[in-house]
Amino acid sequence: MWLQQTLAVARKDLLVEWRSPVRMSSVFFFALALLLMVAFATGADTNTLRKQAGGALWLGMLLSSTRSLDQSFQAETEDGALEGLVLWPVDPRAIYFGKAIANTTVLFVVATALTPLCIAMYDAPIQGNPLLFFGFLAFGSGALAAPGTLYALITAQARGASVLLPVLLFPLVAPALIAAARGTTVVMEGDGMGDAPSWLGLLVAFNVLHWSLSGLLFARIVEDG
Amino acid sequence: MSAPASSLVIDDLSRRFGNRWAVARVSLEVSAGSSLMLTGHNGSGKTTLLRVCATALKPDHGSVRFGGEDLWDNRSGLRQHVGFLSHATRLWEDLSAQDNLRSWARLSGQSTNVDALLERVSLDPTRTSPARTFSAGMRRRLSLARVLLKKPRLLLLDEPFSAFDPEGQALVRSVIRELRADGTTVVVTTHVPALALDVCTHAAHLHDGRLVWTGTAEERASQELP
Repeated sequence: MWLQQTLAVARKDLLVEWRSPVRMSSVFFFALALLLMVAFATGADTNTLRKQAGGALWLGMLLSSTRSLDQSFQAETEDGALEGLVLWPVDPRAIYFGKAIANTTVLFVVATALTPLCIAMYDAPIQGNPLLFFGFLAFGSGALAAPGTLYALITAQARGASVLLPVLLFPLVAPALIAAARGTTVVMEGDGMGDAPSWLGLLVAFNVLHWSLSGLLFARIVEDG
Repeated sequence: MSAPASSLVIDDLSRRFGNRWAVARVSLEVSAGSSLMLTGHNGSGKTTLLRVCATALKPDHGSVRFGGEDLWDNRSGLRQHVGFLSHATRLWEDLSAQDNLRSWARLSGQSTNVDALLERVSLDPTRTSPARTFSAGMRRRLSLARVLLKKPRLLLLDEPFSAFDPEGQALVRSVIRELRADGTTVVVTTHVPALALDVCTHAAHLHDGRLVWTGTAEERASQELP
């Protein structure tokens, strides 16, 4: 039942995203604007641009993720649906994992859609293993979504939620962001030194820690709230 | 206090917000298949009492038992039997009426005929329209369908007649009658006793969080209460 409810929550959240594409596209265009700005600020030097591609991609993902995470709880809190889920009853862990899976999927889709644009803007083709590259996109998206889903719940009921979420989230995801940015850049450059797997390992460890910890904390917050 | 199966027993219940007691030492019993009409002015504690019964709020003192079990202590198991129509409609605005109900059904692992429920609440012509395009009355109908999807044994209706047109009010009354006939225990709060008297067996009146009157629905019809 727990797994069934997790999948039902994820399916419902993805259906909400599908039915209101303006939400996902606003996240995409926000990240794209950031990629453009960093590219223009860096200048025309191809080598410098290539070295910044991974960092710019993840900077865009980080800033736009707060918007996406914020929106995912807006749908639950604007008419008491979150309380409705708890009283239905849906296991709070199923609410967390369902929403975190949906948020990860949304961020992964946005990151994947940004990739060809990033390659073109920064003249940084993927010279390393493409599977590793998409591994960074998947686990990087998961690393943003896991603590982000928890903090989006905490801040959803607070005043100034849109300000609070980045303040809480950014310091926490800094290690994951560094690993994702470095790893992505290394794969784009061909991974001559074989560094990519260790960066990916760090990212996987961050995911394991935060998916399990946030799942437990989310259940406590929802029940106590 | 021993209670027959599926009866609701509220025992010396109190709940406060800060220093203010929203509900103070309320004791009530509603037996299975009966319905209680709860009246009182704004702020008299009706909604708080219902929210405690729905396990949305923890009681500060006393208990609420359903079918002999403490609702709060056994909330994970008992919530599936409690249907709560609150002021919040609990809808996902971007989803259609059909998708809203299908999503709630999937969460219960049910394969309910959602279209039949939408027809029951007269929303079948607008089943594919997003909930955000609905009027207040239509949203309330969809919310009622969501509660019925659960096939509750305890039905809590907070101001169920508000936002409804006369046809909608008749729908709520017929739902109460049907569920009562199936043995469901029903509690209804209202500001308009005339709308609920014919479908309720008992009545109670709250004033400043305290229970000031209880009796049968017939007795309530002739009472002037504060």
